[in-house]
Amino acid sequence: MSGAATIDVERLAAASRRRRARDRVFTYFALTLGVLIFALPIWITLIGSTHDTDTIGRGDVPLLPGSEAFANYARAWDEGGGGRNTFAVPASTMLWNSLLMALIIACGKIAISLLSAFAVVFFSFPGRMVFFWMIFITLMLPVEVRIIPTFQVMTDLALIDTMMGLTLPLIASATATLLFRQFFLTIPDEYVEAAKVDGAGPMRFFKDVVLPLSVTSMAALFVIQFIYGWNQYLWPLLMVSNRDLETVIVGLTKMIGIGDTQNEWNLIMTTAVFALLPPVAVVVLMQRWFIKGLTETEK
Amino acid sequence: MQRRTLLTGAMSLGVAAPALAQSAPIEIQFWHGLANPLGGLLEKRATDFNATQTKYKIVPTFRGSYPETMVAAIAAFRANNAPHIVQMFEVGTGTMMNAGRAVKPVHELLAETGVSIDFDDYLPGVRGYYSLADGRMMSMPFNSSTTVVWYNKDAFSRAGVDPNKFPETWEGVAEILPKLKAGGGTQVPMSTAWLTWAQIENFSAIHDIPLATLANGFGGLGTELRINNPLVQRHMAALVQWQKDGLFRYGGRNNAGEPAFPNGEAAIMFTSSGFRARVQREARFGWGVAMLPYYQGTPRAPINSIIGGASLWVMNKGPAAGGGRSRDEFVGVAEFFKYLSNPEVDAQWHMDTGYVPVRRASYAIAKDKGFYRENPGADVPIEQLLRGGGTLTDNSRGIRLGGFVEIRTIMEEEMERAFQGQQTAEQALTAATTRGNVVLRNFERANRG
Amino acid sequence: MRKKVIFRGVALPYLLLLPQMIITLVFFFWPAGMAVWQSAQREDAFGLSTQFVAFENFTDLFHDAIYLNAAWNTVIFSTAVAALALGSALFLAVQADKHIRGAGVYKTLLIWPYAVAPALAAVLWLFIFHPSIGLVGKALASLGVNWDYRVNGGQAMTMVIIASAWKQVSYNFIFFLAGLQSIPNSVLEAAAIDGARPMRRFWGVIFPLLSPTTFFLLVVNLVYAFFDTFGVIHALTRGGPGNATETLIYKVYVDGVQNLNFGSSAAQSVILMLIVISLTAIQFRFIERRVHY
Repeated sequence: MSGAATIDVERLAAASRRRRARDRVFTYFALTLGVLIFALPIWITLIGSTHDTDTIGRGDVPLLPGSEAFANYARAWDEGGGGRNTFAVPASTMLWNSLLMALIIACGKIAISLLSAFAVVFFSFPGRMVFFWMIFITLMLPVEVRIIPTFQVMTDLALIDTMMGLTLPLIASATATLLFRQFFLTIPDEYVEAAKVDGAGPMRFFKDVVLPLSVTSMAALFVIQFIYGWNQYLWPLLMVSNRDLETVIVGLTKMIGIGDTQNEWNLIMTTAVFALLPPVAVVVLMQRWFIKGLTETEK
Repeated sequence: MQRRTLLTGAMSLGVAAPALAQSAPIEIQFWHGLANPLGGLLEKRATDFNATQTKYKIVPTFRGSYPETMVAAIAAFRANNAPHIVQMFEVGTGTMMNAGRAVKPVHELLAETGVSIDFDDYLPGVRGYYSLADGRMMSMPFNSSTTVVWYNKDAFSRAGVDPNKFPETWEGVAEILPKLKAGGGTQVPMSTAWLTWAQIENFSAIHDIPLATLANGFGGLGTELRINNPLVQRHMAALVQWQKDGLFRYGGRNNAGEPAFPNGEAAIMFTSSGFRARVQREARFGWGVAMLPYYQGTPRAPINSIIGGASLWVMNKGPAAGGGRSRDEFVGVAEFFKYLSNPEVDAQWHMDTGYVPVRRASYAIAKDKGFYRENPGADVPIEQLLRGGGTLTDNSRGIRLGGFVEIRTIMEEEMERAFQGQQTAEQALTAATTRGNVVLRNFERANRG
Repeated sequence: MRKKVIFRGVALPYLLLLPQMIITLVFFFWPAGMAVWQSAQREDAFGLSTQFVAFENFTDLFHDAIYLNAAWNTVIFSTAVAALALGSALFLAVQADKHIRGAGVYKTLLIWPYAVAPALAAVLWLFIFHPSIGLVGKALASLGVNWDYRVNGGQAMTMVIIASAWKQVSYNFIFFLAGLQSIPNSVLEAAAIDGARPMRRFWGVIFPLLSPTTFFLLVVNLVYAFFDTFGVIHALTRGGPGNATETLIYKVYVDGVQNLNFGSSAAQSVILMLIVISLTAIQFRFIERRVHY
């Protein structure tokens, strides 16, 4: 009786072990496949950037690295090129523009949102809610839907073809303001009282208490907004016709033009790798803040 | 203390600036839409002109493709910051003609500045495209081309087709296509770039049939499309059928299909005569250039084809009254135009780029220099522009439709649906006519007042 | 919710709000107002003559087969992108949530595409699908498939959907994983003790618990497919062939920038604003409700 029960238990345990092993194999397989599908385009691009023009132009799609990596990267960095129908802009110029744009947008958003959230939370003044709602409602107007009129406003302000015009309209951000507001509301009242007792003014309080407490939120926001700024497409496409201000994302698609087979695809792929590295590095290296930023700004 | 020094410094600079400006040349902004290598060749013309005198300085800037350049110039005008000169592709001509005080017509420019250019010597097809019905020039003709046939002589030989004689008629083309498919050794016998420019606009011109009423729009804004006619229907139906049979391949919008010729994928390619430089550089086979074929039995066909390319428009600075330009600036523009019209300069441009010479005198110069002996076929586009005696008819003068950029896209979109088998050629032309006419009516309404 | 203890002062808060208000007024309210005003007008390209046409731009749009086609494309495109991106992300998240070794590495390897710009994602996929230089493109051609997304509308649509969804999977993955990890173990154990099979356990217990996340992601994915995918379409197909991949946002660009038809473009912007406003409103109602959970 007891022997039969033992066998039964052992058999069940073995079956369950087998099933779990099968499950685990399936899980690893599925995840690896997912990772591979995710990595395939980037692998092709990386490999393509190490070959010469003719290899790719002939349509011999290589799967292993070639020997032209250094030449390609050096040329793309210094001279640019790749497209038949455009003037070459060096990747270094485009990357600099993208970097500047992403930094100005990310820092600008954080700065103005910190200030306005501070005002809304820690002060009581006439029209407070009106201002709050005015900021809030801008959530509903992504830059894309008001793109043509915004362009005309920029024309009227003579900001076309300037870094200022490229960044300013993207700096206003309801999400950042909302996030900081949520966060400030959690700062205990006792802190404010203590500051008042010490005779510290609001700006002193802002500098000594609010800012240090907000560092994590700022880091999280920075990651999200940096990527937002770096990846802008439609706006720079419209705003910039001076190639000295070209950002790398727009410049890259201009190189491709109409997908001409005769394009120097190796240089295009090299530029794509350049365009990819900074934001991917930010996400991977600042993963913790990235996930925090993502889940907090969107929810 | 330091601030005061800076301030006084700035003030003294401010005082000094006008004095400096007097000796500095007057800058003339020139926006163009030609990428390299053509763009570089164009900018060289500007630097060459700057070297001939010290009073004016032409500042050329590349502004992207033709449509992008057009949009940029219009946006700049609205912002009171238009360039003096903008290079505008031929499809934008209708829009510019109706741009009212945004543009300074070339005939007015010349009359006011006292500079003269001998437009009588210009090829009629070039001149007609950019002038009013009474012959007064509206813009300055510059880089002009026309559609021709490029064909792979090696593929012709392999297929047993005479490589030195491209068929004159579409009936002849229909005969050789199956042979090329069978023995030509290319992926596809025939392809085309610029579907509408080559296969509808120039097709209509050489057959002397109207593309639109009122002399293709030269007679006024009330024009309506007439592309839905038996001959164009026949031709489009043939292309669709050939596509189905693997004898023809639609290569995409604008000039997206062009590379298929130099890389040996297509044995026959319809595209601009400006394609020459690229074919010379890249084709690894014997090639020839031929005039556009026509359908037998069409009365009056073939006559001259129409031009493509671009002309130079003079713009006022902005919408404010007076236009915002000084007389000196206009004189600079006129002098630059006069320089470009110089037959030597024009002939060199033609020989460097593959664009056609815009003047008879420049054509003669290129001939004298033996250019056509060394480059067989380089005179085909010019001869084609003069085909049928060179007297333009209402159907071969050119096309002047408002919103033509959009209409071209519409025609391409509808034909793309036909090539995918979603509708017949006739349905495509009917739909394109209806949609195109809406664009024409909207343009008429917006520009009447 | 309000703070009980606050600072006094009126000038200072206004000053602090000033930068944000200036930018909001100049770059949000002014253009939005302009869009509404222009949508009632018709103008030539150079801005030299303008006439008031009231709602004509709107009625024209609703009678325009091409606009309706763009609307239909947008529906197909957004649904497909959302379904593909949500489905694959959920599947991967469930796998990654199992307690396996190296889960953290897989996570990192799956989230980086979030950093890739939509236009750049399109370019990466172009290297795969290009008929003459792309790996898959050439493979398809050698299998006898007439593959050329530049002339075949269905293929073009498939390609922009894949390129757009690819990038969004990472985003969904992060939220699904967070959602899965917040499900209490006790719930899962209870379900396991009940003897439910894994599939039943998933659809019967886990998925309902994820539904708030799913709904939130659905809205986000739709908004993404509506607006952020402009770069994908512009880089790959420019709305063609025919109008096969022209979406509503792409048409705003074409009519406003290429065709210089500001009245119609403004009218289309106004329609899009209404769509976003309703989507956002739906999202807020949902968030409010979730607070009561």
